Amino acid sequence: MPKSLTPRLSKLKEEIEGHALEFGLDFFETVFEVLSYDELNMVAAYGGFPTRYPHWRWGMDYEQLSKGYEYGLSKIYELVINNDPCYAYLLESNSEVDQKLVMAHVYGHCDFFKNNFSFRHTNRRMIDDMANHATRVRRWIDKIGVEKVEDFIDRALSLENLIDQHAPHIRRNPDPKKAEDELKANERVEGFKVNREYMRGYINPSEFLDSQRRKVEEEKLRTRKFPERPQRDVLLFLLEHAPLEPWEADILAILRDEAYYFAPQGQTKIMNEGWASYWHSTIMTRRALKDDEIIEYADRHSGTMGTRPGALNPYKLGIELWRDIEDRWNKGRFGKEWDECDDLRARRSWDKKLGAGREKIFEVRKHYNDITFIDTFLTAEFAIEQKLFVYGFNEKRNSWEILDREFRKVKNKLLQGLTNFGQPIIEVVDGNFENRGEMLLTHRHDGQDLKGDYARETLRNLQSLWRRPTSIITRYDGKSVMLRFDGQNHTERKIEL
Amino acid sequence: MSLRIHQDHSRFKQIVRGKIKANLRKYVQKGEMVGKKGKDAISIPIPFIDIPHFKYGHKEQGGVGQGDGEVGQQLAPGAVQPGEGQQAGQGEGDHVLEVDVTLDELAQILGEELQLPNIERRQNEKIVTQKIKYTGVNTTGPESLRHFKRTYKQALRRQIAMGTYDPSRPVIIPTREDRRYRSYKLQDLPETNAVIIYMMDVSGSMGDEQKEIVRIESFWLDTWLRHQYKGLEARYIIHDAVAREVDRDTFFHTRESGGTMISSAYKLCRDIIKADYPKSAWNVYPFHFSDGDNWSADDTRQCIEMLRDDIIPGVNQFAYGQVESPYGSGQFIKDLREAIGDSNNVALSEIADKDAIYTSIKDFLGKGR
Repeated sequence: MPKSLTPRLSKLKEEIEGHALEFGLDFFETVFEVLSYDELNMVAAYGGFPTRYPHWRWGMDYEQLSKGYEYGLSKIYELVINNDPCYAYLLESNSEVDQKLVMAHVYGHCDFFKNNFSFRHTNRRMIDDMANHATRVRRWIDKIGVEKVEDFIDRALSLENLIDQHAPHIRRNPDPKKAEDELKANERVEGFKVNREYMRGYINPSEFLDSQRRKVEEEKLRTRKFPERPQRDVLLFLLEHAPLEPWEADILAILRDEAYYFAPQGQTKIMNEGWASYWHSTIMTRRALKDDEIIEYADRHSGTMGTRPGALNPYKLGIELWRDIEDRWNKGRFGKEWDECDDLRARRSWDKKLGAGREKIFEVRKHYNDITFIDTFLTAEFAIEQKLFVYGFNEKRNSWEILDREFRKVKNKLLQGLTNFGQPIIEVVDGNFENRGEMLLTHRHDGQDLKGDYARETLRNLQSLWRRPTSIITRYDGKSVMLRFDGQNHTERKIEL
Repeated sequence: MSLRIHQDHSRFKQIVRGKIKANLRKYVQKGEMVGKKGKDAISIPIPFIDIPHFKYGHKEQGGVGQGDGEVGQQLAPGAVQPGEGQQAGQGEGDHVLEVDVTLDELAQILGEELQLPNIERRQNEKIVTQKIKYTGVNTTGPESLRHFKRTYKQALRRQIAMGTYDPSRPVIIPTREDRRYRSYKLQDLPETNAVIIYMMDVSGSMGDEQKEIVRIESFWLDTWLRHQYKGLEARYIIHDAVAREVDRDTFFHTRESGGTMISSAYKLCRDIIKADYPKSAWNVYPFHFSDGDNWSADDTRQCIEMLRDDIIPGVNQFAYGQVESPYGSGQFIKDLREAIGDSNNVALSEIADKDAIYTSIKDFLGKGR
């Protein structure tokens, strides 16, 4: 089981930590633990945590990781979790250069976790909570039986991405103006007109007024939409309104908690990996590397930064963007003057010796996530230099091919992939659809169709939690379609909106 | 060492094999990992389970890539991997991986698939080997078995009690009385031995296809029996009109010609058993494959006598598989069925073609003997 650092490693840790602090990184206390590859694979399969609730999918991930390692195809270098203190793991069998690189990389991540706004609302004691979740689920398994609990988790996992990615940062109040109107309407119940003030008690007795008020309220309830506004946090909606057993609700709440905990890591993948890579590279090449370690380091670093045509390496894209930003702010390549300069030669030799690069990237790491990061800082020059392109599927040739290298298209495609963090936007619009307690979702179609068979299976899983028929409105080939599952059969019909 | 995750892992494997949770089976997908064995690339399929989500159809999605190439140029096959990227914070490698199966796992799968019973051992626990098992701690013993940690603890305890322990200079000196030694017991471990004796007819009528069937079938038999017995031995006999013992390689690759006298093989088999595998100590499994076209009724009679009197009483199970050859299927299996078909440690099976191997394995191993 986990071993604490050897004296040699703790010395290295101190050294690297010192460099990191000197460069101005700001992180929670970081605890390194040394694991054998098998343990590391287990922890990685658990998403970085020492314990998770029992479920076969960890086993699936574990199998992939351990087979990959045993065949020498892949190896986990670094694993760190967002927690206070941060926990990071070192692979026992790694060489010293590797350990240094990993430590430097980890400090980059820890700094990012602590400072980036996306993580501000995450639970910094997640390591304890994960263990508690595991205990709770285990207890339910003892009581209810493993089959039932696991089936429920399987179905709930199918809905795991239906959370409101932005929820931690905003409060989605019901419309305040409408709430005010309602209040007024309540006071407006006045009863019959009374000419003689002494008759009031007889014409409008208080029981009568109350009953009138009740009527108005009921009327309002009947017409009120449920939910009042479309709700993106489908899991929350289920928790609040679905007829769940106590154990089901408990487990669903656990899964929702964990989904929210992991969400920011998906929202900042490029920035976060880029930032950590920027810092391992800076710390290693400027400070920590000894002469005889350079080749090994270079080999490792280039391995991490490798690209292949059909996939974007977040490490590579991230580190290059950070360096580009630093360079631009060092040389003053931003602002109105720069944007309006058409002279290629002037642009190429543009250097105002501002030296504001470091400061700028520290500021950026605080206030951006992947979308705003790409949107703000990915320039045409950068896209050309990095040889970015858009690819797509050619039905005729039945193969993937390069479609375009035009900057706008590349950027749009990138941003599109990041919108709602690569997930389709799905909302609950009606929890009492057709006035029969059915659930209606809509998919805010943004040009990409849903995967049909998956959508139907997901509807089925949703239905099993909601217990009433569930439907979703989406679009296929430009036509609005409603998919419905009533507990027995799937149906599909075209609708006019 | 056992990790917590092994439970999840074995559960996953059970799902993939369809043992539990049939409702998840439709989500099982086949991944592929390209590994290297020497110079060759090898590909072993590995299943994974994709829980459905509301998500975009992949083909419409496309994406952004990085690298050289003209517009319109095709990407290398396999360059685009379906599915989302890896989770944050997990180093290199976004491969879709595959699983290999060890022979032991394979045997398990076979057993589950065919619902084979575990074999009842016949002459079990007759031979015994002795094994050393460490059972406790003692105050005397050889120095080579000294229990360092316990000795240290004992010495520490004594020194603290005597007040000679100095935390600033924590030197611990064990005395004779502090020393602790591992103690052991000799345990009797029953050992089971098993041998398979393969016999194959290699007469002119057994073509390559027939031998292929024998090879496949004996592979599976071998796998299963090895799973059941540690240290399984195998002996190979080929025969046409005469029989001889050969090694494994020859067994599968020889092509002889000539007539068929099955009794020659049985005679050799009987002699081998008598010489090397006494009934009291061994589980013996003779398997015989032939196209059943024996030379003469007289020889068949001799075979049956030998089986009944010598071979069958001394073995766990005698199995005969009759492979259909281009010249049709012989008479031999019918003769056997009449003569010894109802004795309960005889398994007879007709194998018409490769597809019949499946049921034939079940015929052979289904009795659990």
